[in-house]
Amino acid sequence: MKKNSLWLGVFGALAILLAVAQAKVLINAAGATFPNPIYGKWFEEFAKVDPDAQINYQSIGSGGGIRQFSEGTVDFGASDMPMTDEQIGKFKNKPLHFPTVLGGIVPSYNIPGVTQDLKFTPEALVGIYLGKIKKWNDPELTKANPGVKLPDNEIVVVHRSDGSGTTFVFTDYLSKVSPEWKSKVGSSTSVSWPVGLGGKGNEGVSGTVKQTPYSIGYVELIYALQNKMAYGFLRNAAGVFLKADLESVTEAAAAATENMPADFRVSITNQPGKKAYPISTFTWLLIPSKIDDQGKKKAIVAFLHWMLTDGQKYAGSLGYAPLPMGVVAKEEKQIALIK
Amino acid sequence: MATSAAVSAPPPSRAPALLQRLRNGDEVARLITLAFASSILLVTVGLIYQLWVTSALPRHKFGFGFLTSSLWNPVSGQFGALPFIYGTVITSLIALLVAVPLGVGAAIFLSELAPARISSIFTFFIELLAAVPSVIYGVLALFTLVPLMRDYVEPSLKKTLGFLPLFSGPIYGFGYLTAGTILAIMTLPFIISISREALLDVPTEQREAALALGATRWESTWQAVVPYARLGIFGSIFLGLARALGETMAVTMVIGNDPSIHASLFAPGYTIAAAIANQFSEATGDLYLQSLVELGLVLFLLTIVINALARLLIIATTRRGSAQS
Repeated sequence: MKKNSLWLGVFGALAILLAVAQAKVLINAAGATFPNPIYGKWFEEFAKVDPDAQINYQSIGSGGGIRQFSEGTVDFGASDMPMTDEQIGKFKNKPLHFPTVLGGIVPSYNIPGVTQDLKFTPEALVGIYLGKIKKWNDPELTKANPGVKLPDNEIVVVHRSDGSGTTFVFTDYLSKVSPEWKSKVGSSTSVSWPVGLGGKGNEGVSGTVKQTPYSIGYVELIYALQNKMAYGFLRNAAGVFLKADLESVTEAAAAATENMPADFRVSITNQPGKKAYPISTFTWLLIPSKIDDQGKKKAIVAFLHWMLTDGQKYAGSLGYAPLPMGVVAKEEKQIALIK
Repeated sequence: MATSAAVSAPPPSRAPALLQRLRNGDEVARLITLAFASSILLVTVGLIYQLWVTSALPRHKFGFGFLTSSLWNPVSGQFGALPFIYGTVITSLIALLVAVPLGVGAAIFLSELAPARISSIFTFFIELLAAVPSVIYGVLALFTLVPLMRDYVEPSLKKTLGFLPLFSGPIYGFGYLTAGTILAIMTLPFIISISREALLDVPTEQREAALALGATRWESTWQAVVPYARLGIFGSIFLGLARALGETMAVTMVIGNDPSIHASLFAPGYTIAAAIANQFSEATGDLYLQSLVELGLVLFLLTIVINALARLLIIATTRRGSAQS
């Protein structure tokens, strides 16, 4: 008897759970790891605004997000780089790109004895990563850093070993400022690096830089801020040396607003504008342009509206640069395209 | 006619016999355990099949060139496995070179020479080490082994053996030697633990006989006990090797992840397992993804080849040794 009532209880609990689950609209999404902290926050907060919608997000990486989205195993995807024409060509209904927040990438270094923030020209960064600038006291570096005593030591170059949107943006920037980089190396989530050590993830790169004297690496701005890492100034397209912060990253997107393509598939590295930080990027949600399930469609559209307005307020405190107003206005128009 | 009658006679009596055996449970046990055993075969075959099918694109495009090319460029879509194969083999080799003498030596001490109390304390710690997750070893390697190698071990090797290409070139602390060393530390507990078991299994008569013949304690251990336990010791080495070949996290944290071949052991390299772990989640395009799958296939085959070679080695040494045991 006792056993029976126990089973009854278990089934009862299961039945209630199922009933609750059915009342909610369950939405599955997967993709980029970089915006995972803010997406987690957003989906949690949005569930309070719209209690019927529950969005599950798996941060499996941009490549995996695009793949799962193309195969239709998730309701929407997320990526740190826009989809290529070839990837879009596989869809019956063209997917839509919605920029959500922005991120920046900063050069971080470890030079014993140097406490000042270094200034990097695009030429210096390209030279170091091509292996042409071999020592810290190279004229290209000393010229930009008068007053800093740079040592006569070999530069140890550190890059990401795992495929990553961060590498995509960084190499995209190097390709824009250097034709030589573009033809020799190119841009992708992982490339054939001419020199250097590879570290896995932001933590791998920063760990290697911290462990290796006279080294340089690139990490996401949010990671450098959270871990209080030293990072350098970078000269932007207008010729101004900028130390990346959230405003200068947002500024890069603002500078790109006017010539923004209608589908938002745009690289915003090396934008003109005195206040624009040159290695900045959007991160995107990939939304189907046709959603058959009315419940899901309603929830996703509501989320997009919320994300572009109230959601943006969470960006700053979590270390992400919010979207500029111009981009928000353009995205609001794109929501109407979801059929 | 008589023979055919004899042959056709059993069937009627076999059926009840089978039923009888089923009722006894023997047949049931045999069938169930057979199913369990064949599931291993099924998994292996399924694994190879899946790896083979999902690596069709690079196999057709590159053919055997995949194994001999050292170019790995995701941007231009050219993929070659040689630097990864080289890195995997070299790091595993370093690991064994360090871990086998240390491990077997420690096992001999623990089973033959140490007092029982000390032996059991040591054994407890060794088993503890074997249970440490590999990412912990990786962090340990990144924060302690890398500076140690960069500041002390590699400079002194360069100073004394620098005339060899193996020990020349710039020192980063990240590279084949550091990866091999952390692998040696990780495989050590397995080698000690299993070798010790094998040595303890040697019958006491074996030792007594050697001692009775006038052998010293060491002579008895080295000439009578160790050869007797050699199969178990080899087994421990293979298990260690298997761990070294497939180890991913700890290696990727210290090897430098550079897909090129360097003569120097100080230089950064890459292993197959590390490449897959690093690049799989963000691999863009089918060719890239399938090339990583083919790397998995290569690692699988590499393991089979090395295991087969090891087995040949055992057979060869067992034959030679059979005269004395």
